[in-house]
Amino acid sequence: MNFKKILPQLLTLAVVILVFGFFSYNAQVNMENRGLEFGFGFLTYEASFDIQFSLIEYDGSHSYFRAYLVGLLNTILVSVIGIIFATILGVTVGIARLSRNYLIERTAAVYVEFFRNIPLLLQIFFWYFAALRALPLPEKAEPMFGVFFLTIKGFFIPAFVWNNLDIFIYSVIAAIISIVFVRLYAKKKQENQGIQTPVLSISIGLLIILPLLSFFLGGVDASVEIPVIEQLSQTSFTYKGGLKLPPELIALALALSLYTATFIAENVRAGVQGVSKGQKEAAASIGLTPNQVLKLVVMPQALRIIIPPTTNQYLNLTKNSSLAAAIAYPDLVLVFAGTALMQTGSAIEIVSITMLTYLTLSITISIFMNWYNKKIAIKEK
Amino acid sequence: MNKLNFLSPDKNNLYAYLYLGISLFSFSILIVFLNSFFNLDLTSFLPGTISYFLPLIVGFIGLHLIRIEYSGIKFLDIINKNINTNKFNALLSLLIIFLIIKSAPPLLSWFIIDANFAGDSKDACSGSGACWAYIKTWFNRFMYGMYPNDEQWRINLSFISLAFLGGIGFFAPEQLKKYLTLYYVVIYPIIAFLFIFFFISGGPIFFDFSYGIIAAVISIVIGFFIPSKFKMYYFLIIPITIYILLKYVFFYEELIELGKIQAFEWVETGAWGGLSLTFIVSFFCLIFCFPVGLFLSLGRRSDLPLIKYISIGFIEFWRGVPLITVLFMSSVMFPMFLPEDMFIDKLVRVIIAISLFEAAYVAEVIRGGLQALPRGQYDAAKSLGMGYWKMHILVILPQALKLVIPGIANTFLALVKDTPLIFVVGLLEIVGMLNLAKTNPEWLGFAMEGYVFASIVFFIICYAMSKYSYNLEQKYKTER
Repeated sequence: MNFKKILPQLLTLAVVILVFGFFSYNAQVNMENRGLEFGFGFLTYEASFDIQFSLIEYDGSHSYFRAYLVGLLNTILVSVIGIIFATILGVTVGIARLSRNYLIERTAAVYVEFFRNIPLLLQIFFWYFAALRALPLPEKAEPMFGVFFLTIKGFFIPAFVWNNLDIFIYSVIAAIISIVFVRLYAKKKQENQGIQTPVLSISIGLLIILPLLSFFLGGVDASVEIPVIEQLSQTSFTYKGGLKLPPELIALALALSLYTATFIAENVRAGVQGVSKGQKEAAASIGLTPNQVLKLVVMPQALRIIIPPTTNQYLNLTKNSSLAAAIAYPDLVLVFAGTALMQTGSAIEIVSITMLTYLTLSITISIFMNWYNKKIAIKEK
Repeated sequence: MNKLNFLSPDKNNLYAYLYLGISLFSFSILIVFLNSFFNLDLTSFLPGTISYFLPLIVGFIGLHLIRIEYSGIKFLDIINKNINTNKFNALLSLLIIFLIIKSAPPLLSWFIIDANFAGDSKDACSGSGACWAYIKTWFNRFMYGMYPNDEQWRINLSFISLAFLGGIGFFAPEQLKKYLTLYYVVIYPIIAFLFIFFFISGGPIFFDFSYGIIAAVISIVIGFFIPSKFKMYYFLIIPITIYILLKYVFFYEELIELGKIQAFEWVETGAWGGLSLTFIVSFFCLIFCFPVGLFLSLGRRSDLPLIKYISIGFIEFWRGVPLITVLFMSSVMFPMFLPEDMFIDKLVRVIIAISLFEAAYVAEVIRGGLQALPRGQYDAAKSLGMGYWKMHILVILPQALKLVIPGIANTFLALVKDTPLIFVVGLLEIVGMLNLAKTNPEWLGFAMEGYVFASIVFFIICYAMSKYSYNLEQKYKTER
């Protein structure tokens, strides 16, 4: 072995070990001095703090681990909402930026330049402290379409009340599985016999018919519960029934999607522009219709450019959702790295768990992305 | 005269269609304009819904009538090509025009007409518009945080001098150009640090880090005369030796105590804030994250497995966690990792944390540049007998770094936008100061003005930077 190759590696390793050793030695001494013990036993203790908004059943008597789950689910909830709206808005704006209509193109450009050059935290504060505070009080709120109530205390929407919800979900899953089979069958048929099957209409039909069947045969029953105003005290009103989206969630989801959509829009624009003109002309010259050109030639190539950076943006959005701590939306950081840390004092364990959770999320998504990239990469002979 | 067919306008009756279409279009805009600016409703005699949609319908018909291809009238062709290509586009164009006209008066009245500019208390703001007096009163705080008013010239002077020293590269004579990298990577950061330390903070003349700075300067100066064969070993050993010599042999602790003469009043970092803190944090993070990121990117492409995997682990770790948890770590977890008598200032901890975080992103950007270089460059450099460092310093990095300047600028942009997050550890830059001012009992209820003001400030800074980076991108694109 070469001496010149081993020395730098050994030195680096030595530095890393020294730094880690120094840190852990100090941590040990410090924790001993403060009477703290390293360990994850605190996760099973009673949390004894309340969380304003949670998807699963939770109150102060549950454990810290349960509180962690509540925070994680809230993070995932706001990320999923943000991702859905950011994608819809981003794709729309990205296509608008490619429009030949000057006004549309400029409007989209102004939107993109404006929202991506303002710090996300500032936008969250703006929506939460300035814009949403201007909403009416519950008793003065005007209903939208008669059933939605947008008030300063949150957004009240009607909720579905289900009977036999599980059968309905099974039917949807069955529909999705059968769609996959239909697609595979149609592809095979086209490869073998050259006959095209209308996959899209069959899929939509399946997706409608199977759940409908579950209503008639499976005993599934859904009714809508509309929020009704209720007086708590002389001056305090609220809505009962339905679903309540807290203003923190709305402000956060709004800011995240408006901010991330600008980046997705730029990705979409770059992707569609990245498909060379020759491809479109070649496709048109072999007699494909404009729709076929878009579906069979442009989109597959554009998606190859669009998807990797867009996945990155989804990842960023998930990480940015941790800014929730600034407006007291009970996400992972606020619940766990905030309240739980203050109560237990186990700083090292809690911050490590929080970071590891985000790390696991990002690494899972990037592994998936790498796999997907390899799958759709152009296979050169 | 040909027959008029209103469903498909053509060139034969060009002027008939043109006058009719233009007048309908103008009429629809007039309706909306009068409605929004003067609150006049021209069409109030019509039933509610029709009156509501009338401008849209009239304008749509107008645009339909003037949609004549190759009319030969330049103005008309421009309109048709840009806002009126088909029915759908015409509808969208109309909606956007109406939206602009509709939203202009409320915005104008909030921003200017009904706004209050004068006064220095809440009572001055009675109108329905914005209260700019609030911004005026708090302007000093938004810019300088809690920094004492009488001492603010120190911040201004430091920034002006640093900007001047930073811009010196543009005016350097040709024969000194080769030293510019050294200047920007080593000398300028040290000068900047000294400025902040002596001037803005008001520190003592000699301080604990001064050994380090002196050691670095001496070893770099000597380093010029060392044969390049030993340079790596030299830089590994000598700076530490000089540091130890200085600290334990030549100087004594008493001398340090003697040297602690303060020229300026001490202002602790907790009092710094406002926009100037945004600048300080992002400036230092930029300076520190660049070299760290450079070494990480080289490490990630190294042939040595241990270095490669340590770099990959480091980069992926920082890229995988949100900045807010990093700041949490620096504020609650990091002090546990230090000896009890060792205390690092909050601001310094934050700067280190953000620098390491951004360094991972910079490393990936630089790696992109390194990968974009053709293999031939490496082969050519090696065939000339260059070693690893010589090859990188003389051949690879100058080309790769030039490629990634826009990427670095974008990372820096992200860094500037991330600085408000330092409120997590209790440092109040401009957004933090806004939140403080918002809760002041004498100035309740002006959140909107504050956020609008900060948004405009950030927009100007970030937009200028993104335009600059875009220009750089265009410039370097053509050269390759």
